[in-house]
Amino acid sequence: MKLNLLSTLNAERAARRAAIVITNVASGKSRLVKAADVATDQLRALLAERLRTGKSGMADSPDGRVFLTVYVPAPQLVITGAVHISQTLAPIGKLLGYDVTIVDPRTAFASIERFPDVKVIAEWPDKALPPLGIDHYTAFVALTHDPKIDDPALTHALARDCFYIGALGSKKTHGRRVARLKEQGLSDADIARIHAPIGLDIGAVSPAEIAVAIMAEITARLRAEGEADADSAPAPAIARAAS
Amino acid sequence: MAYFKPYSPLAIRAKHSEAHMLATNDDILKAAEDWRKGGREVALATVVETWGSAPRPVGSNLVIDGEGNFLGSVSGGCVEGAVVTEALDVIDSGQPKMLEFGVADETAWKVGLSCGGTIRVYVEKVE
Repeated sequence: MKLNLLSTLNAERAARRAAIVITNVASGKSRLVKAADVATDQLRALLAERLRTGKSGMADSPDGRVFLTVYVPAPQLVITGAVHISQTLAPIGKLLGYDVTIVDPRTAFASIERFPDVKVIAEWPDKALPPLGIDHYTAFVALTHDPKIDDPALTHALARDCFYIGALGSKKTHGRRVARLKEQGLSDADIARIHAPIGLDIGAVSPAEIAVAIMAEITARLRAEGEADADSAPAPAIARAAS
Repeated sequence: MAYFKPYSPLAIRAKHSEAHMLATNDDILKAAEDWRKGGREVALATVVETWGSAPRPVGSNLVIDGEGNFLGSVSGGCVEGAVVTEALDVIDSGQPKMLEFGVADETAWKVGLSCGGTIRVYVEKVE
């Protein structure tokens, strides 16, 4: 492998962009294909499939057997609401390999003491979210119950094509949320992508149990490989080898 | 996993090596780049195929320098020593190598995977 290929690869990874290294194991020659260039590559069908599943492995190419090393960004979990559920959801997310960030402009909630080892941003979503690079490899969870905080954050998450978007609230609360978001011009297809009521139905009662239900739903979405759902973003590929 | 009494020198060593084993591929590839830019000779080992209960998934990396220092893992500790030895060869020759390790393959390799899996590891020089 050439050093400049490795440097480019590391730069792509640092910028949270997917890339694939194709190595001809017989000749030792390797090349890098950035995610943005997959569509025009001669191996586009194969590369697109690998990018979707996130699986590295051997494959046949016109030039012989190649090894494809698939690099997809580590998943991140962004939560609005430094609330009771978040106190359990954040450490569970960390255990599952997510970079966790909590956003809550209410400084009384968003204290570092309540959330050790997690990035906590005490700002409004319009200021806090854009620098986070929220993308297809991000799960977004709205937990504040406050439309002033959750609504703009949900809109941002939808625009950034997060692989999972969930919002806390009963069916009634969500009904009001849907009406508000529609008024702001979001389409039915967009709104249908929001998981609400949030979490798998496991009969969760306590905040910690609700956190488990949410994380289970995120995991199910993450691993729903090959699902062709026109209304929702395809599940992203999270590299199993990257942990 | 072996159990070590807290605070014994063994426990500290175990923790140290575990930290290296658990380094993410991010750190490993960054280390490979930094080591090479710092003037060290570097080889990169990658798990390219696995059969049975292989301990590390396809795509796992181990980076090795010319002095035999390494970071990452391709097997969780079973065959790293042999991979490092081969990597030094690859650094010398510049020619990539495909290595195969498995319990059933005693004739080719003395080092086997205790877990019963077989892995194929590609070792290349970073130039």
